Amino acid sequence: MEEKLTLFKNRKRFGIEKNIDIIFKNTALVLSSFVAIILLGIILVVFFQSFESFSRYGLKFLVTSEWNPVKDEYGAFTAIYGTLVTSFLSLLITIPLGVGTAIFITEDFVPKVFREILGSFVELLAAIPSVVLGLWAIFVMEPFFRAFFVFLHNFFGWIPLFSTEPTGRNSLLAILILVVMLLPIVTAIARDSLNQVPKKLRNAAYGIGASRWKTIFSVILPAALSGIMAGVLLALGRAMGETMAVTMIIGNSNAFSWSLLSPGYTISSMLANQFGEADGSQVSSLFYAAFVLMILSLVVNIFAQWLVKKFSLKY
Amino acid sequence: MNSLYYQKRLSRNIGDKFFTSLSVICALIAILPLIFLVTYILYKGGSQITPELFTLEPNPPGDDLDAGGINPALIGTLIITTIASIIAIPVGVGGGIYLAEYSKGGAFSRFIRFGVNVLAGVPSIIAGVFIYALIVSTKILFGSMYSGLAGGMALSILMLPTVIKTTDEGLKLVPNELRYASLGVGASMYTTILKVTLPSAFRSIATGVVLGIARAAGETAPLIFTALFSYYYITGFGDLFYEMGSLAVLIYNFALEPYDAQNKLAWAASFILVLSILSVNIFSRILAAFTEKTKRV
Amino acid sequence: MIKTNKKIPKNIILSLENVSISYGTFEAVRNVFCNFKKGNITSLIGPSGCGKSTVLRSLNRMNDLIPNCSLKGTVLFDGTNIYDKRVDPVEVRRRIGMVFQQPNPFPKSIYENIAFGARINGFTGDMEELVESSLRKAALWDECKDKLNDSGYSLSGGQQQRLCIARTIAIEPEIILMDEPCSALDPISTLKIEETMHELKKNYTIIIVTHNMQQALRVSDMTAFFNAIEYEDGDGGKVGYLAEFNSTKKIFNSPKEKTTQEYISGKFG
Repeated sequence: MEEKLTLFKNRKRFGIEKNIDIIFKNTALVLSSFVAIILLGIILVVFFQSFESFSRYGLKFLVTSEWNPVKDEYGAFTAIYGTLVTSFLSLLITIPLGVGTAIFITEDFVPKVFREILGSFVELLAAIPSVVLGLWAIFVMEPFFRAFFVFLHNFFGWIPLFSTEPTGRNSLLAILILVVMLLPIVTAIARDSLNQVPKKLRNAAYGIGASRWKTIFSVILPAALSGIMAGVLLALGRAMGETMAVTMIIGNSNAFSWSLLSPGYTISSMLANQFGEADGSQVSSLFYAAFVLMILSLVVNIFAQWLVKKFSLKY
Repeated sequence: MNSLYYQKRLSRNIGDKFFTSLSVICALIAILPLIFLVTYILYKGGSQITPELFTLEPNPPGDDLDAGGINPALIGTLIITTIASIIAIPVGVGGGIYLAEYSKGGAFSRFIRFGVNVLAGVPSIIAGVFIYALIVSTKILFGSMYSGLAGGMALSILMLPTVIKTTDEGLKLVPNELRYASLGVGASMYTTILKVTLPSAFRSIATGVVLGIARAAGETAPLIFTALFSYYYITGFGDLFYEMGSLAVLIYNFALEPYDAQNKLAWAASFILVLSILSVNIFSRILAAFTEKTKRV
Repeated sequence: MIKTNKKIPKNIILSLENVSISYGTFEAVRNVFCNFKKGNITSLIGPSGCGKSTVLRSLNRMNDLIPNCSLKGTVLFDGTNIYDKRVDPVEVRRRIGMVFQQPNPFPKSIYENIAFGARINGFTGDMEELVESSLRKAALWDECKDKLNDSGYSLSGGQQQRLCIARTIAIEPEIILMDEPCSALDPISTLKIEETMHELKKNYTIIIVTHNMQQALRVSDMTAFFNAIEYEDGDGGKVGYLAEFNSTKKIFNSPKEKTTQEYISGKFG
């Protein structure tokens, strides 16, 4: 017995090994709490940096659109309005297109191989950097749509949204490039949600003589709705925070206009444009705007997570 | 008794036809511009590629017809993404290990997982704003302001959620039997994780991490006021503390220049960026599909 | 309309003529001839892989949902080959309803589960009355009359399956197909469903696939025994065929085929 024990010199757990175990665990614990620290850090830093501007303008900052470093007057209404309008309108276009495409991919209109290729292609597109999309928007999309915008203005100019003469870069182009960016996101999530609807529900509907689209509208879409909604919200968050492509094509003007055919601004494009060269109280006002953007995207994001938890249907 | 035959006039058949065509149209509207986009970028950018592109500095915009190359930006992107990876991978993998292996689903881990999702949704420009406030404006890094190091830090904030998530999910897929087997022969927890669990989840974690790096390489917003931009060759370690160019910021800056020569450089940089990101994505996809097949057998 | 030349007796509601079904290049069943009588309960029995469920699903074109599934031969219903190009499968399924192996209520209320099918079939009468009568016929009314607005998923497995039967009855099909409706249920629920089937026999023709020979014996008038044999070319693959079709009594008491005898007595399967 004794002889055998000597063969296993390490049989007894040495103190040092126990300590390594504890150190390892605690290191992992500390590393995982980095996420929380960074998140809180971001919120606190942005909040405190914006404090000067916040105490000077209060909530008036949100509703005035004067942005004048010379006079030291700041209001972010144009940028906030631009952020909301571009993200909501782009989503409005993307949702039907994305969900329609997702249905096309999940139904058996075309052979499976073809659908799978289509699906992966859509996913790949989500990987294209937004700065490249911005480049494409400047040199391809803008010239392509120029005539169309003139047409829009000539025939629908009585609608405030199209009331200004189109002159190059504008909010509508930003909306369109956002559609290109969001489509892969919405399509991929909608497709996953549709695929997760159990086959037996489809069988149930077909088995009592429901047609294909009756089945889709009454059974499959409702069952996939919470997943699609969460995806839409995530896309909304992305749209509000999206910087490069929008900055490059929106025209970057702080002059407020209802018209989508005139240059506009979003919070993130304002940050991208001015942050590097700002000083004095302009910096604090930019932080204030950044804080607003962060709150907007946090709310949307948390709501999306809540939705996923709350409505994950059980079958 | 109505006939079994298909009747075109039935409202349900008209409706079905209508909606089917609608979804085909949706798919076409969604796909065609995207295909056009990719081919255009590859064509337009690809036609600008020359050997000098990879070796020269870009010339400052002006009447100079020769724009030069993108060497500093290319190297800068490599350096900045490497810095981001060096920060984000250990932190993310460590955090993921804690979530998957040690936490027992309590309030803390739920909070962290929630935080990971929230951090993933924070606009990328906010990460830039944060690093600007923390590092650039305070000159905390040995007195330097804009620097490649600061840019790498900003990018690492964007990579972190991806790395934690893939580690967490990858480890959760490892069957518990494997852990029991190791713990059952008296291995300590850290040996089990390092020698058994982590290796068997390695491929899926690596795939996720590589995709995260690829995504970070194309990020621009966090860099424009942290790393800023530079026209000059990166020659030594000390350059980390100075403004550093990157492909992404080069595209942004040169796209907005009124000169054709600079625009062409932007297209060339786009080509390189998109081609490398797409090939990393496609490669990891093929690898994942291959792994799945071999596992099933 | 193409009526076939062959005389089909009036009491035959559904008739398979030389039906072979394949998934891609794999042939699942071969050369099935079979006549289903009106008002009967017919059981399809046989070892796994003999293609009985495949045959059942082909009877109301549910196989259309499976990629690569193809059928040769004719399935005559109401004088029409339901695999004729001009036939609308939706129409077929409205007249030949189906109950599946796993209970599959819609994630809607009990009431809506029944009303949904009736509504898409253009039902214009008193919906509440229809819901009640369907639930009564499926022997579920007493158990759920007070909670019609609860989700279909609040019911137990056996109740869910009877809800699915009620849902099928509500569209007033001529034939009800059941694909191992009791395989996911406990014995008591199984008995209840069998009682329900006896009730339904008065108004409907039922064709049921079952693994449970006792069940076939208890509920059915006719029994079709399917078996699988290896291909002649002998590459190990098996193809299903209809081995014997007769009254349930004959199949269980004096089967003609030796394999039937062996299967019934539990020698294989």
